[in-house]
Amino acid sequence: MNETLQAAVEGISGRFKVQTAEFRGDVTLLVPNDQVVDICRVLHDEFDFDTLPLETAVDYHPKTSPRFHVVYGLYSTKTHLYLYLRAPVDGENPHISTVESVYKSANWREREIFDLFGIIFDGHSDLRRLEMPPDWEGHPLRKDYPLGYEEVQFTFNFDEIDLRKPKGER
Amino acid sequence: MREIQEFSLDDLKHLLSPRALTGETVVLNMGPQHPSTHGVLRLILELDGETIVNCIPDIGFLHTGIEKNMESKTYMKAEVMTDRMDYLFTLGNNLTYALAVEKLVGIPVPPRADSVRVILTELSRISSHLIWIGTSALDLGAMSVFLYAMREREMILDIFELVSGQRMMTTYIRPGGLWRDVPVQFNELLQQFIDIMPKRIDEYESLLTHNSLFLERTQGIGVIDIPTALNWNVSGPTLRAAGMAHDLRKTNPYCGFEQYDFEVPTQTTGDVYGRYLVRVAEMRESVKIVQQALDKMPMGPSLTYDNKFIPPPRSEIGVSMESLIHHFKYWTEGFLPPAGSVYAAVESPRGELGVFLESDGGPKPYRVHYRTPSIPLISAFSILAKGHMVSDMVAIISSIDLVLGDADR
Amino acid sequence: MGIERKTGNMGILTTTVEGLMKWSRTNSMWPMSFGLACCAIEMMATEASHYDMSRFGMELMRASPRQSDLMIVAGRVAQKMAPVVRNLYDQMPDPKWVIALGDCAACGGVFNNYAILQGVDEIIPVDVYIAGCPPRPEGLLNGIMLVYQKVRSEKSTNWK
Repeated sequence: MNETLQAAVEGISGRFKVQTAEFRGDVTLLVPNDQVVDICRVLHDEFDFDTLPLETAVDYHPKTSPRFHVVYGLYSTKTHLYLYLRAPVDGENPHISTVESVYKSANWREREIFDLFGIIFDGHSDLRRLEMPPDWEGHPLRKDYPLGYEEVQFTFNFDEIDLRKPKGER
Repeated sequence: MREIQEFSLDDLKHLLSPRALTGETVVLNMGPQHPSTHGVLRLILELDGETIVNCIPDIGFLHTGIEKNMESKTYMKAEVMTDRMDYLFTLGNNLTYALAVEKLVGIPVPPRADSVRVILTELSRISSHLIWIGTSALDLGAMSVFLYAMREREMILDIFELVSGQRMMTTYIRPGGLWRDVPVQFNELLQQFIDIMPKRIDEYESLLTHNSLFLERTQGIGVIDIPTALNWNVSGPTLRAAGMAHDLRKTNPYCGFEQYDFEVPTQTTGDVYGRYLVRVAEMRESVKIVQQALDKMPMGPSLTYDNKFIPPPRSEIGVSMESLIHHFKYWTEGFLPPAGSVYAAVESPRGELGVFLESDGGPKPYRVHYRTPSIPLISAFSILAKGHMVSDMVAIISSIDLVLGDADR
Repeated sequence: MGIERKTGNMGILTTTVEGLMKWSRTNSMWPMSFGLACCAIEMMATEASHYDMSRFGMELMRASPRQSDLMIVAGRVAQKMAPVVRNLYDQMPDPKWVIALGDCAACGGVFNNYAILQGVDEIIPVDVYIAGCPPRPEGLLNGIMLVYQKVRSEKSTNWK
């Protein structure tokens, strides 16, 4: 691990309860749900991690606790280093606080995670759907949401699918 | 079929000023089908006369569900969908995915494949900037620049067609190297292109750079400063025009970029004119990189030889039983990478294009997320457009070089 | 033939009213620029000087549906965009034709999932389908010639 990154990781793990992991050169810290904003603020102010390029979520469906992991990737333009955080989110009551007060770019990223996964960000200024229409039901990127594909039309089932398929009229 | 979703003023009142509710300012919809919004972007503008007070972008009109669809295909088959996201920088999307899979699995790439990858992505960058200069000049009224830019782009698409058979969605850069080695005419065709291009860039500059109408419409418009840009995570030429020389090809190099000698152009004004100058200079630097890569291109294989994760070469399948078995398992089941998550990023003409790839040990990716540069650009748009007039907004949209396929995925 | 030879260069041309209508409809049909995604870039490349679409009178892409008679749906149609497409189609005055450019507009293309309509003919009637992902500019020109053939061969039925 790089020395500057090592210093940042030790600075954080001294103050908060985190678990460190390293895989193929990427350093990931597993942080508790309620301390994400504080950790981000410390990293932003003291260790020069000034942008948040990556913010996404992963669904581990058959596991209910934690069902989601919200992944943050922070980048420093001075030292050119990436640091990743993972915060577990519960399945029944998916809430986590927003990091919008530290990084404004989290605004739209969290809207997208709310739209596609259903995780509610407490304190967000404008939590609406981003990609799907506003009255869409369900959260598409969850593992229990079906892909919604159309059955392929071969010669043996051509007519029965043709009857079901909607056709536009003039 | 659904109905069109109308927003009422109540839904948006936390984003509009209080004058909108009394009717003092007009709330106007600049809908998804409009000649000057590049792609399907919907803007809800709050106008006081002709000045913009607030601007709310609404995206999602091109949402394709690529990330969910990639989870149901194996790693190689999912790559086909990646070209179609940022459809102006097609080889860059492939490259990012290939870098992420190589990082996850831990396989090296031969140096010949690296230099061909560099050549093709820089050509892709030039073609994206050509479309940008054509359409942005077209928006401001200069139609001949569009026709000249498309003429050069045809030369680049000829090179792509020679190499892969397809003009745009090539899927040529695969994990482990390239799909196939380049044909023999590649060097000659590329050298012809490199010889012609700098004079053509001079032609575009002679039409626009000192044109007083262009200067009036673009100087001082849509200014952004560095701290705001970093907080909103704006990257690419928009950040470089504001003054920060940040380029992922220099700071976190990939594919052997450290051996090429090129500069990172910056300006300090941060306005539309600054972004124009930065992109034109970037086109020149890309031509230099392509020339250096062509001169230094080594001979050698174009695909790593690793039977567990890369398809074996065609010539071996007829003679070796193990290769045949590996080929069969590869194309029916797919390969099994180790479990874990990686992130790989590339510099696209719009900013930082990255892939977050998580695998659980199975043959299909468990979660693929593309971190695309257009989303922060559109969300920062509400700051860039405040206080300007509607016709300036057209110039701003074309200068931040949006691609909606990138934003919506 | 007799009367044309007698009148010679008096500048008189005889034809049927139907023939005149078809001629005027095909020469310079104005397309509505409805570029959604990647196929729109190939449509722009067709409009440029290498594969010139101006020889068909179509270099002018009218932005307003009320002034156009051909709608080229170029690109994938998402769930949020579908009612907008139908709205624009309804706003076009008769006679109107639709070309579905590319695999995604014709049949859903590579994307078989919840978010993309499997073919734009689920909401509007299509006259010509052009295959390809994205189709070559020559493919689009072939599709336009097919629309012309279709216009020239259809009989006019309502004479109001």
